[in-house]
Amino acid sequence: MKKLILILILAAVSPSSLAAEATEPLDPVYTNLGNKASLQRGAKLFVNYCLSCHSAAYMRYNRMGRDLGISQGNIDEHMMFAADKPGALMTVSMPEVKAKQWFGTAPPDLSLITRVRKPEWVYSYLRRFYFDAESPHGWNNSLFENVAMPHVLYELQGVQRLTGHDEHGYPRFEMQAPGTMTPEEYDEAMQDLTNFLVYLGEPAKLERYKIGTIVMLFLAGLLVLSYFLKKEYWRDIHYS
Amino acid sequence: MSKFLEWVDRRFPLTKTWNEHLAEYYAPKNFNFWYYFGSLAMLVLVIQIVTGIFLTMHYNPDAETAFASVEYIMRDVPWGWLIRYLHAIGGSAFFVVVYLHMFRGLLYGSHREPRELVWLLGCVIFVVLMAESFMGYLLPWGNMSFWGAQVIISLFGAIPFVGEGLAEWVRGDFVVSDATLKRFFAFHVAAVPLILAGLVYLHIVALHRVGSNNPDGIEIKKNKDADGVPKDGIPFHPYYSVKDLVGVVVFLIIYLAIVFFLPEFFGLFLEKDNFLPADPLQTPADIVPLWYFTPYYSILRATTESLMWFVRGLIVLSVVVAFVRTSKPTAKGIAALVGAGFFIGAFIFTPKFWGVVLMGFSIVALFLLPWLDQSPVRSIRYRGWMYKTALAVFVFSFVILGYMGMHNPDHVSLFIFKNVVWAQICTITYALFFILMPLYSVWDRTKPEPERVNFK
Repeated sequence: MKKLILILILAAVSPSSLAAEATEPLDPVYTNLGNKASLQRGAKLFVNYCLSCHSAAYMRYNRMGRDLGISQGNIDEHMMFAADKPGALMTVSMPEVKAKQWFGTAPPDLSLITRVRKPEWVYSYLRRFYFDAESPHGWNNSLFENVAMPHVLYELQGVQRLTGHDEHGYPRFEMQAPGTMTPEEYDEAMQDLTNFLVYLGEPAKLERYKIGTIVMLFLAGLLVLSYFLKKEYWRDIHYS
Repeated sequence: MSKFLEWVDRRFPLTKTWNEHLAEYYAPKNFNFWYYFGSLAMLVLVIQIVTGIFLTMHYNPDAETAFASVEYIMRDVPWGWLIRYLHAIGGSAFFVVVYLHMFRGLLYGSHREPRELVWLLGCVIFVVLMAESFMGYLLPWGNMSFWGAQVIISLFGAIPFVGEGLAEWVRGDFVVSDATLKRFFAFHVAAVPLILAGLVYLHIVALHRVGSNNPDGIEIKKNKDADGVPKDGIPFHPYYSVKDLVGVVVFLIIYLAIVFFLPEFFGLFLEKDNFLPADPLQTPADIVPLWYFTPYYSILRATTESLMWFVRGLIVLSVVVAFVRTSKPTAKGIAALVGAGFFIGAFIFTPKFWGVVLMGFSIVALFLLPWLDQSPVRSIRYRGWMYKTALAVFVFSFVILGYMGMHNPDHVSLFIFKNVVWAQICTITYALFFILMPLYSVWDRTKPEPERVNFK
């Protein structure tokens, strides 16, 4: 009976609560923090394209290097454009006042972006920029309408135009001028970038699951021992 | 060793205390599942204090740097992420455990004579715990921290005449600001934990004076053997210490599984908007408190103009119940006077103010339980269908209120009603559980209580 009530409640609630978010559906993305190569490619994209405007002000370069297996030499040479100390935070040199003049809003810090929004959202957002002659900077995004950010990655993705939405609400695009990457390569690159942003949101996630598994195994053993200890002691309690 | 113990015992009642509270504290031998949550609440309190101490070593109670210092703990402090998750999720675990602990009281009549003081002290602990967690929630200085505190403190503003001044006094500013953060920090880490520890001590002393209740709701002290030991009692140590150990391990498995594998717990334990730093210019789309406050928040939001006629009805009903259940003229006079005052107040004051009043009453009502409940038996095992139904309706109302409180009033609808209508219905049924209790607890057809405890 209890189960039935629960099922009824859930069935009645779910459609209406979904309808509340009347935005575009998100593209599924597979993120895997175990894939070091993907994280490294994502990091490269991040420092080359995002970090010029967006900070990741809670993250340190050398921590990223250690976690992702990038040598300090590589970081110094290819990644640290805006800092000189290995332990520096990943800040940007663009002053906030200027940023507001240029974009109308300061680009948000991206350290925790995948924890504020879902990884799927970030991935979809990165794929859905399109050319829009009416926007001040010529770009728009179907997931985040009239976004202040221009399409920084258009060289890679190419220039696409929004032609409408399909019956499920997904946007449909038409490629006008292809970029240096094929659509498949671009999707893969964005998956790497999203993967890196998931890592950036919580570096501890790399070790959290491993330690958690050991802790669970230990507790399972302790449960067996404590259960038999209790049983042994309670042998002399008579239930009558 | 025994010589050393003698030396101590001559100067401090060590053996005496050990015996009184553990080795010769006789607890009924039929404790079931519901009796784990008292000791678990103590465990969580210790976890919170220990992890809290380590967090204060790295946390900055400063509006400019508080958010960054939490991320510093999460990233740069060795094991900081674990300590922080243990503490943040420990807050939710505390309420899970305490709600179950309180529900046990409703099941088996643990609030009944002679345990009224145990119950009252427990209720005070609950209120203090709510203050503790509310103030702690501001400290990460995320956007939901900020706006949650902003909304809840502004509730003081609904109090006539003094409200605005009071809210300002609590905040120390016109809006939630650095001054608010610093005082909340002081209360959260020093003042309130001290009070909490003292209250827990009193709660246990009061309990050990009267002895534990049990699932049958009968007094084990009525049946003693030749040595004066209750026949159905067993020493707390070692029997319940080893039994509680099993409970502790099971609890740790669930708690740590969430800490390690699902720390956000689908946005219930760590809210999405709290990963954004506090921003007075950017209101979150839905300002919702953490899950354990949502039932009361729902009651607050449910109190609109349309509910006010029901509120007036509930006031009249309370007076009627008081008249039916008391024969003393003075008591009747007081009930009529207080009722009349509230009734008139329900026309004068705004629904916003009444929302705060009802929210307050939803917790105050718990304090009155020992006197509202007039049943000849304690345990639900020997009560009739009326109490069982009432308790089921109460739990249902509490859960629905909690669920509705998590969502925007305009967005969720369940079956035919909108969120706010459900919240209003459940506010009324929540109130009726208490208001009608002096009647149905007496009218209920109870079964005879057994002489000795049962194992079911």
